[in-house]
Amino acid sequence: MTMVDTLRVNPINCTGHGVCAELLPELVTLDEWGYPIVDPHPVPPSLDLEARRAVAACPALALKLLRT
Amino acid sequence: MGGTTAFWYASRATGVVALLLLTAVLVLGILVNRQGRLPGLPRFAVTSLHRNISLLAVAFIAVHVLTAVLDTFVSIPLLSGVIPFASGYERLWLGLGAISFDLMLALIITSLVRGHLNRILWRSIHLLAYLCWPVAFAHSIGSSRDLQHGWLLYLALACALAVGAAILWRLASAARQLPRAARVAALLHEHSRPTATKARERIS
Amino acid sequence: MMTMAPVNQRVNETANGTANETADEPANRTAGAPAQQQRPGLPRLLPLVPGVPEDLRAHLARYGRPPYQGGRGHLIQAAEQAGLTGRGGAAFPAHRKLAIVARGRGRKVIVANGAESEPASHKDAVLLRAAPNLVLDGLQLAAEAIGASEAYLYVHPGVSAEITRALGQRAAAGLDLVSVTIAEAPPRFLAGQESALVNRLGGGPAVPTFVPPRVTERGLGGAPTLVQNVETLAHLALIARYGPRWFRALGTRNEPGSMLATLHSKVGSQVVEAEIGVPLRTLIPLEGAQAVLIGGYHGTWLPAGLIGTLTLDNAALKGHGAAVGAGVIAALPADRCGLVEAAWVVRYLAAESAGQCGPCLNGLPRMAAALAELAGRGHRRQVRADLERWSGLVTGRGACNHPDGTARFVRSTLTTFAPEIALHARGQCSAINHGAIGSRGAASYQPFLPLPDGVPMTEEDWV
Repeated sequence: MTMVDTLRVNPINCTGHGVCAELLPELVTLDEWGYPIVDPHPVPPSLDLEARRAVAACPALALKLLRT
Repeated sequence: MGGTTAFWYASRATGVVALLLLTAVLVLGILVNRQGRLPGLPRFAVTSLHRNISLLAVAFIAVHVLTAVLDTFVSIPLLSGVIPFASGYERLWLGLGAISFDLMLALIITSLVRGHLNRILWRSIHLLAYLCWPVAFAHSIGSSRDLQHGWLLYLALACALAVGAAILWRLASAARQLPRAARVAALLHEHSRPTATKARERIS
Repeated sequence: MMTMAPVNQRVNETANGTANETADEPANRTAGAPAQQQRPGLPRLLPLVPGVPEDLRAHLARYGRPPYQGGRGHLIQAAEQAGLTGRGGAAFPAHRKLAIVARGRGRKVIVANGAESEPASHKDAVLLRAAPNLVLDGLQLAAEAIGASEAYLYVHPGVSAEITRALGQRAAAGLDLVSVTIAEAPPRFLAGQESALVNRLGGGPAVPTFVPPRVTERGLGGAPTLVQNVETLAHLALIARYGPRWFRALGTRNEPGSMLATLHSKVGSQVVEAEIGVPLRTLIPLEGAQAVLIGGYHGTWLPAGLIGTLTLDNAALKGHGAAVGAGVIAALPADRCGLVEAAWVVRYLAAESAGQCGPCLNGLPRMAAALAELAGRGHRRQVRADLERWSGLVTGRGACNHPDGTARFVRSTLTTFAPEIALHARGQCSAINHGAIGSRGAASYQPFLPLPDGVPMTEEDWV
């Protein structure tokens, strides 16, 4: 069984800084209130590094990379 | 009165730069928390600058301590950089420097592993930044005649002003912020008027 | 402008079980219910004599003592064979939850969730009043099955006194393995949500927390916690005595058993026990109803013409985007306005948001205002588009299902009441004199769907 990484936002911790959408526009867009809409599909390997950077950059530690 | 070797100059110079950098870090930290922007820069720049400048500050302080130790005019043990009050020379003021450096290390190390820490724990430790800066400031003014007159004094005061203003802004912003339980009621009220204007700025 | 007014008094009395309007009384005026109640094998949960709660003596005479098995696992197997699904609304297979918690290490907690929180649902309140010992039996048997050392009964205020009495009687009779602590839930829509419940029991406010980890893995005080609806526990108590085959004697193959349902119609409200899979028209009078709400305020509106063919099971309802949920069925009479009722519901749902997640906090109040605009006289052209967009934006983006359920309700309102929306756009209303729509307490309009007063404002409202 292959392990895949999926991006998830903890919506309680997220306060809408918007850093994730700037660093990972391929997978994250902001809604009309500034909150992230995250692509639910597994992160493509080519974007894995960018995804980890985005996770590390979130000031609220709300973005997570879940391994399933 | 310190000696006039290159090491001593380097120590004083890196000390001044470190104070400037720490001031910037604290102000930027408040900016991150309040979701403020730097004009012309993307959002991630604020948080990146905050983190990177804090690392730069540590580097400058490491040089600041090392050069002070290496300078032979006064005897300062190496460990006095991290162990407070271990120096015979200017025991109090250098001790404050060590304390602020220790706090800085705590702030940075916990931030490097924050993904593995409990959020509330990380947050509590990070609040020590508000202790770290004043202690560093006291160390700067107290341990160096440089900052006690002339344009370096004005520089130091400008840093204090910047930090003071940022903290006041932070407090005012927090006072304005609605507690969680009241936010929904506020938004409901705002949008319940028949002629309510379009979706205004969100309440977060 | 719409404001909240005292909830429909008749509905309240039903839950309190007064003589005139006893919740499980098969009122003659409701054509379908008597047939259901008198069906062989029914009632199972509700008392044999409608309206007369069973005290401990009657309970023991009817069922005997709880059949403890002196070991774990048997009940879980029985639950699996019986095919019992949770009766709290999510219909999750009971045996699976039991098994997950039973597998956990160390201290374990069980919570009987009687905080039904849904204003239109009274079944849990009725069950706790009419057959508390069945629920408490189920709680003890499930506690034994999973190895729980701590048990709670989580209820809204008003039920505690009788339950305390029942617990005292049981203690005197030496019936219980684990002592049960009664915990009170605040009157919030989210109070019965699984993680909010655990949060509240832990001393915090009744607001949801982010999952993972699920409470079955890490719940109250970090211990694996089983949260089970009181009706589910009551069914478990019977399965433990009579076995899975008995349980499957009623219901459908994939959804066996009986269930409690709260019915609202032009003749009033009542709680009935029905066999799963029966035609809805045998439960509730549909003549003259313009639409039916299935599943409560997170449920779905279906047009009345459609519902005449439907049955009380998820297999049938799924094809129409509906689900049984916690068994609320409300047949909207012709003389009410569906848009007005829906607007009040969505305003309530918006006010009950925990306000923790950006999309829910921002989306629901806007949706409430938009629906209010649709329910009024004339509306701006983009209101429908806004509602569709916001429904999509909030779904799946909160820590719990509150925005999803609200969006489902809104979307079904837009679909089922599309003709009504067109009428309102022209300044008309099929139900009532449009000009008379004012406050919810206005004499000219009698609200149909029950809603409580007031909007939570402070942290104390969540505790």
